Amino acid sequence: MTQTALRLSGIDKRFGPVHANRSIDLSVAKGSIHGIVGENGAGKSTLMSIVYGYYQADSGTIEVDGKRVTIASPQDAIAAGIGMVHQHFMLVENFTVLENVLLGAEGGALLAKGEAAARAELARLARDYGLDVDLDAKIEDLHVGAQQRVEILKALYRGARILILDEPTAVLTPQEADKLFELLALWRSQGSTVLLITHKLREIMAITDRVTVMRQGAIVATRETKDTSQAELAELMVGRRVATRVPKSAAAPGAEILRVEHLSCIDERGAARLQDISFSVRAGEIVGIAGVSGNGQTEILETLAGLRAVASGRILYKGEALPPPGTPARAKFARSVAIAHVPEDRHRMGMVVGFDAYETAILGYHDDDALRRGPLLSESRSIERCRDLMGQFDVRPADPRLRSGQFSGGNQQKIVLGREIDRDPDLLLVGQPTRGVDIGAIEFIHKRIVEMRDRGKAILLVSCELDEILALADRILVVCGGRIIGEADGAAADEKRLGLMMAGIAA
Amino acid sequence: MSSRGDMPAWADYVLLPLINLLLAFVLSGLVVLAIGEDPVRAMRILVEGAIGYPEAIAFTLYYATNFIFTGLAVALAFHAGLFNIGGEGQAYVAGLGVALICLYLDFLPWPIIFVGAIALGMAFGAAWAAVPGWLQAKRGSHVVITTIMFNFIAAALMTYLLSNVMLEPGRGAPETRRFIASATLPSMQTMLGWIGIEAPRSPLNFAFFMAIAAAFLVYVYIWRTRWGYALRVVGQNEQAARYAGIDPAKTIIVAMAISGALAGLMGVNEIMGAHQRLLVAFTGGFGFVGIAVALMGRNHPLGVCLAALLFGALYQGGAELAFEMRAISREMVVVIQGLIILFCGALENMFRPWIATLFARHKAA
Amino acid sequence: MDDFVQLVSLLASTVRLSIPLILCALAGLFAERAGVVDIGLEGKMLAAAFAAGTVAALSGSAWIGLIAAIIVAVVFSMIHAFACITHRGNQVVSGMALNVLAVGLTAVLAFAWFREGGQTPALSGAARFAPIVLPFADTIGQVPILGPIYARLISGHNALVYLTVAIIPIVSFVIFKTRFGLRLRAVGENPHAVDTAGISVAWLRYRALICTGVLCGVAGSYLATAMASAFQREMTAGRGFLALAALIFGKWMPVPAVLACLLFAFADALQGRLQGVALPIVGVVPVQAIQALPYLLTVLLLAGFVGKAVAPKASGIPYAKEK
Repeated sequence: MTQTALRLSGIDKRFGPVHANRSIDLSVAKGSIHGIVGENGAGKSTLMSIVYGYYQADSGTIEVDGKRVTIASPQDAIAAGIGMVHQHFMLVENFTVLENVLLGAEGGALLAKGEAAARAELARLARDYGLDVDLDAKIEDLHVGAQQRVEILKALYRGARILILDEPTAVLTPQEADKLFELLALWRSQGSTVLLITHKLREIMAITDRVTVMRQGAIVATRETKDTSQAELAELMVGRRVATRVPKSAAAPGAEILRVEHLSCIDERGAARLQDISFSVRAGEIVGIAGVSGNGQTEILETLAGLRAVASGRILYKGEALPPPGTPARAKFARSVAIAHVPEDRHRMGMVVGFDAYETAILGYHDDDALRRGPLLSESRSIERCRDLMGQFDVRPADPRLRSGQFSGGNQQKIVLGREIDRDPDLLLVGQPTRGVDIGAIEFIHKRIVEMRDRGKAILLVSCELDEILALADRILVVCGGRIIGEADGAAADEKRLGLMMAGIAA
Repeated sequence: MSSRGDMPAWADYVLLPLINLLLAFVLSGLVVLAIGEDPVRAMRILVEGAIGYPEAIAFTLYYATNFIFTGLAVALAFHAGLFNIGGEGQAYVAGLGVALICLYLDFLPWPIIFVGAIALGMAFGAAWAAVPGWLQAKRGSHVVITTIMFNFIAAALMTYLLSNVMLEPGRGAPETRRFIASATLPSMQTMLGWIGIEAPRSPLNFAFFMAIAAAFLVYVYIWRTRWGYALRVVGQNEQAARYAGIDPAKTIIVAMAISGALAGLMGVNEIMGAHQRLLVAFTGGFGFVGIAVALMGRNHPLGVCLAALLFGALYQGGAELAFEMRAISREMVVVIQGLIILFCGALENMFRPWIATLFARHKAA
Repeated sequence: MDDFVQLVSLLASTVRLSIPLILCALAGLFAERAGVVDIGLEGKMLAAAFAAGTVAALSGSAWIGLIAAIIVAVVFSMIHAFACITHRGNQVVSGMALNVLAVGLTAVLAFAWFREGGQTPALSGAARFAPIVLPFADTIGQVPILGPIYARLISGHNALVYLTVAIIPIVSFVIFKTRFGLRLRAVGENPHAVDTAGISVAWLRYRALICTGVLCGVAGSYLATAMASAFQREMTAGRGFLALAALIFGKWMPVPAVLACLLFAFADALQGRLQGVALPIVGVVPVQAIQALPYLLTVLLLAGFVGKAVAPKASGIPYAKEK
């Protein structure tokens, strides 16, 4: 009945130990908008990078318009009529729009001829699709929405018939997103095909014809959009995992430890990352922040830990205002008043991969008097502390002299978590405590966090795993777009409702 | 980086550098062949000229002293993630610091001159490196380019001072008068004389012991103090440093200053020890040798000392070689040096995958 | 009138001194615009100078010497490419290695082959690029003002000077008006964009470094067979680094970099004439102050105290797909 524009069969891809794509079979109908949803790390972007030739699959085949094609490089993909708009734009920032469009499709050794042709063609595309951009403007002077239009123009200019868009609306305002969808619909009506990667269910429902759900590198379901619902998709995305819930009694919250008032923060590009965030954490409770990653969780953790400057707002700790964050001295100060921080990304921040384990185990506490012998940093005491920590947290192998990067993810995380918990902080800021951690270690880590709570400590937990939030949090805050858009009681929380809130639908 | 786990540590720290070193020597041998000489004989003369008799050993150690200082300077900065190629200029300016005390305050008692000249030399070297450090930390200008520029600025400054201000009239070359005896470092000959050992005359002096001490102190600083800890965190992961409450900017400036002070000690060896006067271009490219020494020595003080000895032997043996084999000039040593930087530095990873595969296969078997 | 003739001859020597700087700076431009830091310009130029001096002496032809110089410089450049692109080695270390290697190798080989204390035999006749007197230089030279300018500033240079004058607009054209130039500029800013556009990052950078080698080859040849009449030890005397400074000073743009080279060359030409001459207000300016000026200006520029020089964003970073 309908033709198939793209068919993937048995696509498999590993990055070292990570199985990013597991024998993916997918067929996309010509003239349709096909959505691909899944949580972060579900393997969507890897799959699309394979289709675009940026990565090569370990095995599997790709067919375009019923013909088997070999896509060994983006050049092959472009030749096969595939275009891609990456999540992080592949634009040369100090080039003009025209130069960016021409790059790789110059139409001859000299630019002048190609330029003239390109201007004419781009004018036509702009007219037909409403994609007007000043061709002579520099990319760095354009706002993100316009930059995205350049990416789309690039693909269209190269004659793409299949367009892959990776999280296209992440950077757009709702109005811009609507405009983009109008464009995609128009494009579909002309018989072209769109693959839309997103984790925003509202968009899937609004624009796609079919939707495929991915989880942990595999496809878990494909549905006709009209036959499904956001609730069903949310459930499919999150999945029912093996219950690893640790036993947990009801919380007995005590005094207020942390109070955040009207916190706002903007990034280097001037975009708002946090908007008017207010909440509090009391002693003896775990407050979980749920949300799709990139919605302000990182910023909340990092401002509280002192690493990121704020635009406005106050942070009160035990009733007193903390000095303004954003300086190394402030990060140090936080530790000195018993605030501990387990960062979301241990490789980027929480550890030094090239250091021996015992050195990572004192990161941030290297000024500690107990580790000092005279003016020197005592190696034996550091090792002793690390060995102690490895015993307590069941780190394997329990070898303080092993390079930090050589431990498995779970054991690395135990070292980082152990280091922070070991100091018996009054407030623990913990991000993604079990990312890339095996099941056994997850349970262990969860247990330690609950234990801390039971000892009357205040804990702020950030996790993109809803399951984890549900397992640990006594109170749940849901963030979306840098705002807290909902709150729920941990014990009575409803997963579907949270899923909808995470997707930006206040319920 | 991640491939480090593919092979045992000894392969990484010993086997790989040795293979690269061997390759550098084989190619140097080919150069010798190309000019129609016998590489084996050349090698024999070189070794004999470097360690064959007491005077040769003294010269080897004298050169090694310079290379330990400049090698340590490069290595320490490297641990902070910085590439200080300005050792040449830092040592040059440090020579001025030394000379200021030794020339104009030489009426002071010997211990004060001794401490003061070394301290001022180190301070000058430190300042000459701290400025590029500050420019990198605060203004984002790359330390590699600024240290290169500072080398040239130092050369111009020193030439000016030597030929216009500090020059002793009547000399052929732009240089100062000789320091008085109490404003110099005791030579090895003198020191051994104190304990009744007769030694040949050579430029080897007290600075040699300072070099050994410096290597030890650098080791302690990098691996046994919290400042060194902070320095290494900044060098490996600046984000983690911020997380740990370490100020990367401050750490970078301090690291460059210490690096410059170490390079400055080379000025002490040359000016206060060997030449006992300040002269134009006394650094003679030794600052650049420090790069080769640090690369070969894997940025570890012990490795730096061993590599410095090797280069000391090369410089001394090379001089002998040029004397014995008329077709070979002194610069043969520079060829070897260049090849070592190429293979132990820029191409250090060429054999890595190959050896890693070998070990993996061995493991599987 | 005498002052005017003085000025013309000052400008003429500025031109002569600027040639190796301009060639080297343009050579560096290709490498750095492609995202490969090249502090080895000095070494490549030195090796080329030696090749030119040697081959010109042996063949008796400056042009054959030029070809040899280009080949040697390209080989050096390919070593840099092999280390930095293929093996993702440290670009600064590699450049340094080539500089050191060039100093050693040229001295050793010159010493061994010619036994003249490290220089190549003196060149004369066709083995050198001789000054070319343009038509009617004598006649027009008599005309006031324009005469000396034509006869002494425009006429009377060697072929490589005119070649360089031609190369400047060509380089500018290649960089800004051709497909290769577009891709080259892109790969130095965002190699990922180039890769996703279906262009090989490595091959593009290799080609850029070939261009670097060619231009360094001409520069080296100019030193040994046009400006001087033999290769001499370390005859580049820091010009490669000065060119690098000019490149930065010109913000990695061809024409501004050339102007920076002319400025630095002018300072160089001037210093000889200013020796001991007291100027109004400032008095006697030490030669060394003029020598240090280019480097000082470059540092100030890099630090953002005088304008701001922003290097190509991807320079110095080996390209790896996985971010």
